[in-house]
Parts: sequence; structure tokens; C-alpha cells
Amino acid sequence: MKTLVLVEHDGSHIKDATLATVTAASQLGEVHLLVAGKSVGGIADAAAKIAGVGKVHVADGAHLEHQLAEDVAPVAVALMASHDAFLAPATTTGKNVAPRVAALLDVMQLSDVIGIEDENTFVRPIYAGNAIATVRSKDAKKVLTVRGTAFEKAATSGGSGAVEAVDAGGASGKSSFVGAELSKSERPELTSAKVIVSGGRAFGSNDQFHGLLDPLADKLGAAVGASRAAVDAGYAPNDYQVGQTGKIVAPEVYIAIGISGAIQHLAGMKDSKTIIAINKDEEAPIFQVADVGLVGDLFKIVPELTEKL
Amino acid sequence: MKLLVAVKRVIDFNVKPRVKMDGSGVDLANVKMSMNPFDEIAVEEAIRLKEKGVATEIVAVSIGPAKAQETLRTALAMGADRAILVQTEEEVEPLAVAKILKGIAGEENPDLIILGKQAIDDDSNQTGQMLAALLNWPQGTFASKVEVAGSDLNVTREVDGGLETVKLATPAVVTTDLRLNEPRYASLPNIMKAKSKPLATKSPGDYGVDVAPRIETLKVNEPPKRSAGIKVGSVDELVGKLKALGVAK
Repeated sequence: MKTLVLVEHDGSHIKDATLATVTAASQLGEVHLLVAGKSVGGIADAAAKIAGVGKVHVADGAHLEHQLAEDVAPVAVALMASHDAFLAPATTTGKNVAPRVAALLDVMQLSDVIGIEDENTFVRPIYAGNAIATVRSKDAKKVLTVRGTAFEKAATSGGSGAVEAVDAGGASGKSSFVGAELSKSERPELTSAKVIVSGGRAFGSNDQFHGLLDPLADKLGAAVGASRAAVDAGYAPNDYQVGQTGKIVAPEVYIAIGISGAIQHLAGMKDSKTIIAINKDEEAPIFQVADVGLVGDLFKIVPELTEKL
Repeated sequence: MKLLVAVKRVIDFNVKPRVKMDGSGVDLANVKMSMNPFDEIAVEEAIRLKEKGVATEIVAVSIGPAKAQETLRTALAMGADRAILVQTEEEVEPLAVAKILKGIAGEENPDLIILGKQAIDDDSNQTGQMLAALLNWPQGTFASKVEVAGSDLNVTREVDGGLETVKLATPAVVTTDLRLNEPRYASLPNIMKAKSKPLATKSPGDYGVDVAPRIETLKVNEPPKRSAGIKVGSVDELVGKLKALGVAK
């Protein structure tokens, strides 16, 4: 089977989620990559070095700078004439583009794949991860989005793929990029961090959320996450949200502070290796999944913990 | 501006899903069902556009069993003008849903179709993007803000790195994220009024769509269970645990 993996990048770096997707693709067969963007020669060269990559198709064009789904999907669809499976990371970029590709190919997409049994049989979570479905696709071509935490990351060196320019198509004229407000942080990215400290509504305000969690995260070299309740309350931006419909994380250590543990939140973090919970309510559902729990007032515990680390 | 909103009847978000003993799926017998929460946000957004005078008519659509009528009545009680139920007792996959919605769009000619970004049962997150592809319309997925500017839309999207704004020419498809709005509750008088709003019943065949599944479910299992660990009594003990894990020095 010949696979085509959408490389996720920000114009200067390849995102880690791509590497897990490459591993998933290698379980299906030959791995080809698609790099779409503007002036992405450097990205393509880096992509060619990923272990196991056979070929890198590069669609370079000004209209692809922001990788709008309307413009990227036709490029992928054209390449799928000579490939059997299209895989994208299950990130907001991949989730935006892949179903558009699937529909144009008349293929039913497999979302958020966490396991590949054979070239037709896949494993994916449903109902916020409360059930795991093993499914068989009857479509001749496959379209998948891949959950990054479920596959090892392919090595970024060792490969020697051939780089080949492909037709970048033109702008659809129906959509355009206006602007972005991206969170800037020196901390690790949530989806690849080894340690995450995550806060809930119990923090009570934006100032207290950041005032207490940021120093703790800095001590631990951790990323900062949040529950939906904390994001809805405006304590943290949307890109901090961990859960069923936010980010799926699986760090070595996940420290949930002032988070009760709704099933939607658990869906996003229950594959963490060790879960630590700090909550004043000893009946909070988070303690049912936590390896280590501490019952008490976060406003006392967090500063003391930060101090003692 | 005419709006189409798509709504799905799903397990209520407060219910913990249980896997059936025979591994054939999730047990939905005698379980509370509700409108998919993201679709409630879609209906609310449509109503707000109508209240602002931007939208003139809101048509709510659901594809599902006879009981999805209740979901459509909820949309009507919230403020949609009329409803279409494409009735089938089969489970319909996102691709077939998108094809049926394309058929409805062909008859209704909406300027904007709003859908939830994902349904909380199969967690696919596909239908809106597929519909946009089939119609060759632009898409504003995971929207946290929608502004109408003449015949264009400015859609702010929740992306992994933060927020991104795109401009879309109408007709367009928008899928909702959590922060777009807070859906209203239908008032009792509006629930009563909704009973007399028009609700048409159709079938997938009316739109020439074959809903035979492309994906066969072989088995459904429970995920590996985590069990509760230990409780520590002090911050010092917690620091000790973090050191043992190699996280703290």
C-alpha cells in the first residue's frame, strides 16, 4: 500500500504530530509525504530526512501559505490518484483538511485512529474514549486522521526521501487568511510535553490561574493545560484545553489541580502515564483515575509545592 | 440570508456511556438522549444572526430515527422557523449525512449552513468539512466567532496554537466550537409554539443517497481501566512522589 502523509508545519518547523502519523503510515506500507505551503523548500528537505520516508511531494505556492483546506485538499486529491491511503495528524489542521479530501474521493474517513490491525482494520475511540471500536473500512482508498499520542514518533533523521515538486494548483478564491492570534510560550507544547500541570475552574480568576500555575510549570519544565470550565471562564486561552474536543495528551506525568474530572476532560488525559490530582473535594471523580491524590486547598498547596520543588 | 442548521440526536452529555456485554456497541436502551451540544451552539448562532436582522429564515435538519423529531422540536422551540427530518432507522455515516445535506442545500439554497464540529457519540468531526467539499463551498471549522460582512463571513477558528481568522465568500459552511456562544433554553411558550411549526419528513432516497455503511464495526470494547491509586497527606509526600517519578530534583 502506498500512503500519503500530510506534513503539519508552521512554515519553519515540522510539528511532532507528523512524526507519529509517519509511524502509523509505515504500518500500512510505503510512506510518501505531502508538504504544502509557501517557500517550503527547507521543510521539504527536513521531511525527506524523517526515517522511513520514500518520497516528499512538495506543493509550493503563495496561496498555500496558510494551508487553507479549500486550497490544500485539491492538491492531496490529485496525488491520491497514485496513492492508496491519505493520513493526516488529528490536529486542528489535519481535522480541517482530511474530511475534505475524503469527501472528494468519496471515501468515509476514519477519525482519530489509535491502532492499525491490517490495511482495512483500524481501532478508534468513540463516546469520548469510553468505548474503543475496531472497524473495517470497505472503501478501496483509505483516509485517516491519526492520534499522535497513540504512535511512537518516527526519527527525524536517517531518511533519504526524494523531493519532488508537484502542481500546487491555484487559490479557490472562496476563502482567505485574515490573521492569527497565536499563544506564545517558552514552555513545551501541550501535546508533546513530558509533564503537564493543568488547572480547573477552582482557580477562580485568570490572575490566580497563571499566578499559581505558571511558576509551578516553570519549576517542573511543564506545559500548562486547562479544563473546559477554566477556558470557558476565561482563565486560560482555548488552546490550553485538554479533553474530548480539545487536545488529547499523554505525558509522563499529568498534574490536575482543581479539576473535578468530568468524562470529557478524562477523555483527553487518561492515557497519561502517571496522574496526580490535587482537589479539595475528596469525592471528586478525578481521584478515581489518579495514581497519587492530595486532598486540600490548592491556594495553599500549589505555592507550597512550587516552593519545595 | 437564509440559514440551514443540522442537528443530531445523541446520548446526553451527562450520561456515562456503557459498552454492551456482547461487544456490539454502546448501550443506548433507556438512556437519556439530547441534541448534540455542538449542534445546540449551531442553532443558537443561527438564531442570533436572525435576531440581528442578518438572517431571514432558519431551517433545521436532522437525519436519524423518528425520535429525532424531538431534537428538531427543540431547535424549533429555540427559534428555528421550520424543520426537515430525513428519517431512517439505520446509522448514517458522516459521508452519507453530507450527501443528504447537499441534496437539501440544492432545494433550499441557503447562504450559510451551520453544524456542530463533532457529534459526541462517534466523535468523527467530519460532516461539515465533507459537506463543504461536496458543495465546493468554503469552510470555517471550529468557529468561536462569526461575523457577517456583506456577502462575506469572517470566521475566527479555535486552532491548536490559538485563534485564526479566515474570510469566506458565501455560500459557506461553518462548524461550531464551544466558545461561539452559550445556547439558550427554550421557554415554555416557545416549546408550545414549536409544536405547530412545520416539520417535513423525508427519506434518504428522496435525495438519491445510498446510506449503506462504508465502515463495518467489528467490535466495541471498554477502554483499559485506570484504578484509583494512593492518597498522600502532605505536600512533602507529594514532592517525594514527584522525585521518585524523576520529575523533580
